Amino acid sequence: MNNQTTTAPLNYLNHKTGLWSWLSSTDHKRIGLLYFYCIVTFFLSAAVLGLLMKIEKVAPGETIMSAQTYNAMFTLHGVIMIFIVVIPGLAAVFGNIMLPIMIGAKDVAFPKLNLFSFYLFLGGACIALYSQFAHGHSPDTGWTFYVPYSAEASSNVVIALVAAFTLGFASILTGLNFIVTIHTMRAPGMTWFRMPLFPWSLYATAWIQLLATPVVGITLLMVIAERTLHVGFFDPKLGGDPVLYQHLFWIYSHPAVYVMILPAMGVVTEIFPTFSQKPVFGYVPIVFSSLAIALVGYFVWGHHMFTSGMSYESRWFFSLLTFLVAIPSAIKVFNWLSTMYGGSVDLQPPLLYAISFIFLFTIGGFTGLTLGSVATDIQVHNTDFVVAHFHYIIFGGMGFGFFAGIHYWFPKIYGRMYHIRWANIGWGIIFTGFNLLYFPMFIMGIQGMPRRYFDYDPKFQLGQTISTIGAIILFAGLITMISNLIYHSRRGAIAPANPWHGVTLEWQIPSPPPHENFDEIPVITREPYVFDNPYTK
Amino acid sequence: MSTTEHSEHSEYMDSDTGKMGMWLFLFTELFLFGGLFIVYAVMRSKYGEDFHHAAMELNAFIGATNTVVLLVSSMTVAMSLTAIQKKQKNLAIGLIFFTILLAGVFLMNKYFEYGHKFALHLYPGSDVMRNLPHGEIMFFGLYFLMTGLHLFHVVVGGILLTIIMLKIKSGRINEEHFLLHENGALYWHLVDLIWIFLFPLLYLIT
Repeated sequence: MNNQTTTAPLNYLNHKTGLWSWLSSTDHKRIGLLYFYCIVTFFLSAAVLGLLMKIEKVAPGETIMSAQTYNAMFTLHGVIMIFIVVIPGLAAVFGNIMLPIMIGAKDVAFPKLNLFSFYLFLGGACIALYSQFAHGHSPDTGWTFYVPYSAEASSNVVIALVAAFTLGFASILTGLNFIVTIHTMRAPGMTWFRMPLFPWSLYATAWIQLLATPVVGITLLMVIAERTLHVGFFDPKLGGDPVLYQHLFWIYSHPAVYVMILPAMGVVTEIFPTFSQKPVFGYVPIVFSSLAIALVGYFVWGHHMFTSGMSYESRWFFSLLTFLVAIPSAIKVFNWLSTMYGGSVDLQPPLLYAISFIFLFTIGGFTGLTLGSVATDIQVHNTDFVVAHFHYIIFGGMGFGFFAGIHYWFPKIYGRMYHIRWANIGWGIIFTGFNLLYFPMFIMGIQGMPRRYFDYDPKFQLGQTISTIGAIILFAGLITMISNLIYHSRRGAIAPANPWHGVTLEWQIPSPPPHENFDEIPVITREPYVFDNPYTK
Repeated sequence: MSTTEHSEHSEYMDSDTGKMGMWLFLFTELFLFGGLFIVYAVMRSKYGEDFHHAAMELNAFIGATNTVVLLVSSMTVAMSLTAIQKKQKNLAIGLIFFTILLAGVFLMNKYFEYGHKFALHLYPGSDVMRNLPHGEIMFFGLYFLMTGLHLFHVVVGGILLTIIMLKIKSGRINEEHFLLHENGALYWHLVDLIWIFLFPLLYLIT
């Protein structure tokens, strides 16, 4: 960065220096980067936990850890990945960095609140870590904190609950900030339907964050009250109802799945037009499918409880609603494919990730229908099939969306270019490892391999070993990808302002963006994806 | 255009933006309590009879007093906002001070009410509670959790109102810039609103 200061004009990375100028910055781009570094750190540590769990399963019986350690590991893996990495991930990182620029604003509506959310997030993350190392056992309830076990377990469940509550609060405030930003700070002339689609997906996401997270907040508080005050809402001995907890938990946690996936859909929706040099196919249907996913996603939580006691009618109802979610998701898939059709497709790393996003997300989506229909769900409930399904959605969807996003916006964020060939190689290793790791779990799940078991019947030996090999390959791929990015964030070739010939606003300002984004707020006169502007020539 | 953009970065936020943020925050508060109302609805339908008996233990007189106290305080905080807009600074300070005082009265009543329950060993986890019918255990659990969470909001609201009072005194809230005052009043109305639902659900179902 130092050699840059002499040649390049000041930008948000170097207009002020020193650690404090970062930690106290209310600049949305710097806050986004702070989130980015935290989230990547946590992602890697939770990925190591995942790898260790897979190594444990390389052979039947105890290989490298005891059952209790395994339980603590999948709990921590889940808590970190869900609450710290995947739920905040895309919105907090790329939402923060790109949303104000893409709608032509200088910052979010509440910059100080934005910084406050970051510290809440950091605090929550630290509490989550503390729950592992505090006096007593690490939590071993899984990230879902199901009662009655979570109310009775002797491990540090309360600390983990406080962590999840704090992280939820940070998520609410980020959502609130984005909604107000999108409502009040769009550039003049940017009507709702001239707004790019990534901000649209963030808008749908923010409403879910705002309206669903408080419900899980109060639910976690009730479990805390259950443990500390013995109020007994979820304890059958005192007249409570454990299934009630599951309902309250999933009223949030199912919509939270769409908090994870919607921004990823938004990212790839930006990538397809740019790398096809063609307007996005079906702008309006994409907007409404995002809103529809957010809306319908709110009413499908019951499908998590097909096996825990529910009337025939409600199963029927929740199953139907679950199938309905597939419609807007499929609309998006058709739109992405049609965007590429007839375009001049340039197969760069962001597009590779975006295409594999469609592939993996579609597999995850179809297996989601298997789980959404009552009869098959009862067969595969609580097996590795479920684990494989949500990893295809969450990792294959949100994770690959995140990787696509970082490869897409990297030159804008750092003003440097990564090594394209190494990025492609990294993608190949990750994609191979991913499928080797998770696909066998579908098959083993159908054959009856239960989830969350540290040991297994020897008949699963082959599948488990393939899966472990996949995990090692995947991890190697992650290292390849990340080292390419880290190395070139400082030493890569200087990137032009618009390396991919994109047409949305972020590509019309210098790389890296100046401190206040725009010298003059742009006036928007047309739709977002029109590929005839002077910058592309 | 650049002038309006510039004002976003000045000390005083655009009041529409700030108010929208507050309204959204109030939505989340309603959903927070919403979770407890769901549990209430489920338990009430399961144990209607027990709820009826347990609710007799609550002191409807104190509950009604607190309802009046909060309703009046909601009025005075709104009057204080109007006073500020009409440049009547001292009246605004007086009215908001009165609001804080009423918040104090509410807390005092709650202290006596909770104190009485504790004297009877009617609190979650106590030996007396353990031997009550299931529905009554649920009722008192909900009573303490719902009014407790509401009480926490009263305390936060009281602190917020105190900050507003100090800012009116120092002139940082004035007839042109009263966003914080307005938001504080909105928050206080929420505290009032939630109580208006808690009061009949807990005290008047006997």
